[in-house]
Amino acid sequence: MLSVQELTVYFTSNGRVARALDGVSYEIRKGETVCLVGESGCGKTVSALTILGIIPQPPAQIMGGTVLFDGQNLLDLGEREMQKIRGNRIAMVFQEPMTSLNPVFTIEDQISEAIMVHEKAGGKEIRQRCIKLLKDVGIPSPEERLKDYPHQLSGGQRQRVMIAMALTCNPDVVIADEPTTALDVTIQAQILNLFRELKQIRKMSLLYITHDLGVVAHIADRIYVMYAGIIVEQGDTIHIFHSPQHPYTQGLLASLPSRTKRGGTLHSIPGLVPDPAHKPLGCPFHPRCSFAIKSCQIQFPEMYDYGEGHLSRCPVLYKKDRSHYEKA
Amino acid sequence: MKKTDTHTLHKDTGLEEGPLVPRESRVREFWRLLKPNKLALAGLIIFVFFFFIALTGLVLTSGNRPVFDPAMVRLQEKLRPPFSEPRLEDLRPEEIPTLGIYLLGTDDLGRDVFSRMLQGAWVSSTVGFVAVGIAVLIGIVMGGISGYFGRNPVRVDHILVAFIVSLGGGLMVAGALFSGGVLLLIGCAYILSPLWWRKVLGKQSAPRLMRFLYKDTLSIDTLIMRLVDIMLCFPVFFLILTVVALLPASMYNIMIVIGLTSWMGTTRFVRAELLSLREQDFVTAAKALGVSDWRIIFRHMIPNAMAPVLVSATIGIASAILIEAGLSFLGFGVPPPHATWGNILSDGKRFIFDAPWLTFIPGFAILIVVLAFNLFGEGLRDVLNPKLRERY
Repeated sequence: MLSVQELTVYFTSNGRVARALDGVSYEIRKGETVCLVGESGCGKTVSALTILGIIPQPPAQIMGGTVLFDGQNLLDLGEREMQKIRGNRIAMVFQEPMTSLNPVFTIEDQISEAIMVHEKAGGKEIRQRCIKLLKDVGIPSPEERLKDYPHQLSGGQRQRVMIAMALTCNPDVVIADEPTTALDVTIQAQILNLFRELKQIRKMSLLYITHDLGVVAHIADRIYVMYAGIIVEQGDTIHIFHSPQHPYTQGLLASLPSRTKRGGTLHSIPGLVPDPAHKPLGCPFHPRCSFAIKSCQIQFPEMYDYGEGHLSRCPVLYKKDRSHYEKA
Repeated sequence: MKKTDTHTLHKDTGLEEGPLVPRESRVREFWRLLKPNKLALAGLIIFVFFFFIALTGLVLTSGNRPVFDPAMVRLQEKLRPPFSEPRLEDLRPEEIPTLGIYLLGTDDLGRDVFSRMLQGAWVSSTVGFVAVGIAVLIGIVMGGISGYFGRNPVRVDHILVAFIVSLGGGLMVAGALFSGGVLLLIGCAYILSPLWWRKVLGKQSAPRLMRFLYKDTLSIDTLIMRLVDIMLCFPVFFLILTVVALLPASMYNIMIVIGLTSWMGTTRFVRAELLSLREQDFVTAAKALGVSDWRIIFRHMIPNAMAPVLVSATIGIASAILIEAGLSFLGFGVPPPHATWGNILSDGKRFIFDAPWLTFIPGFAILIVVLAFNLFGEGLRDVLNPKLRERY
């Protein structure tokens, strides 16, 4: 459906080059929910914006790679053609429902915007569709809400409106960029369930970007773990959660608070995320990694296959694992 | 304790329905915020009153047999003071003023000043609104381009083509039809050439000459804002005087000239607003919906940037009225048979000691209207400035 291959995006500012994406590859199949996990600044949002072609250039510069969507490379398309795809076939839900809605327009105006841009429809039909969309995303008494301005809605309602806006033209792929980060936990759960229902009803693919592993466990079919502009591990949700094969993923999972760990000190990964302008040579994670060996400082790690689509970028753990198998 | 606190809070903000429903239409909200400002309120009332007068003035003073005829000359009745009764024995029946008295007196030709003021009110208001309308339109487009596309560079070939096209246009207007036409054609051909250019050449690297043409010179933002700076250097009134001296005098020329020389403020406001709006999430969200750049500017961003524009437009109307009155006073304004407040004033200044009402009445009218527009503009700024609101 949508496949990103070796995408490389650099940011240049004041002569410094920040390597935001260093050859990222992932794919989203039809009807699948894919989660992109990683900490702040690892390039999740940049990759989403690059897919839609709305990353500001400059400062960003696409150095290489392809974004294949239905056999077309989106990076080769002109602005006009991209406008036909944005919102129509690939839609995006943004992180901040507070600022992503235009404060001077009513909800109806904003939802109907996508219909007016992409399709020809009469006023009455647009209105009916807006009401139906609001009903679908679970906003009570949608007829009255249509006339509301964004400031009259709560955070959760605004995020629902954002989702309705993304769904307006029945897109094939919806990219959700941390849509629940700005919301409290109960609303977050509601929105996640909404996403799951909508995905099932509408048979769309969902690229869900988050840093919250709890959310990931709740919603994902497959997971890509990102660190400092590269994918470090990918696989089905079960594999990633039950047998993580990269020290970073293991660290992340160990840092999750849980009932069984109550009372003890919570695990944390030592060190800080590397500055994207000064990434370490070799494996970008090696300064923080407890398994690191000498070759990690020099050699950029390959992807190692664990079968069933589970890949990880750590040679140390892979070899350890293999030797373990060989012994057994 | 807490309960009483929230209770009083609601009373203070005037929201009886409770904390969850701040339901208030925009008009009512506007009214609530404007009401405490008595001066602005007075300004608004005069504003509406003036508009009403101007409209009725248009209706009552135009046509073949107007109710109030501003051009009716009665030499035997010249320079009568306000509220004086007409000497009915000297007048033909059609010369008798409609109201039965000369409400604001008569001028040196015996024309009724009241009807002339009515006619002038319409002229003043149209000049004010149309001139400001032109200025705001130019300002929004220029400011919009500068604020949104500002970072995009202008290339050498853009400048050359603009030069060639304007030179060609200039030659055509000046009469050199052939050479001007050729230049225009060359310019248009170059503008349209990228359409087949790409098909023929593909993505080949351009020859050296082309690379020179594609060199970036300055940004669009620099171009427009320096143009604004240049325009601001001229003393506007003298610029208008020069232009009006060259053009045939008519009401429309005056409106257009005033409009063309007062768009700079709006451009700056709109640009400044758009620079901050451009980074807002909702603009990115609109882009992600596949909305085109122009639609983003004019539908999504400009409505958010309208507050300062509206305020400056209100005050701009006052200054346009003042400029028109000044031009008419100097004799460069709307040509004579048509009455404007400025030329009533100008005609009356010769009789300032014998017939002071001829200068004082239009003078006070201008003063009051300009003052009202300014006060209302200031009040509008306070209302539209979100920092002065208690909500959000």
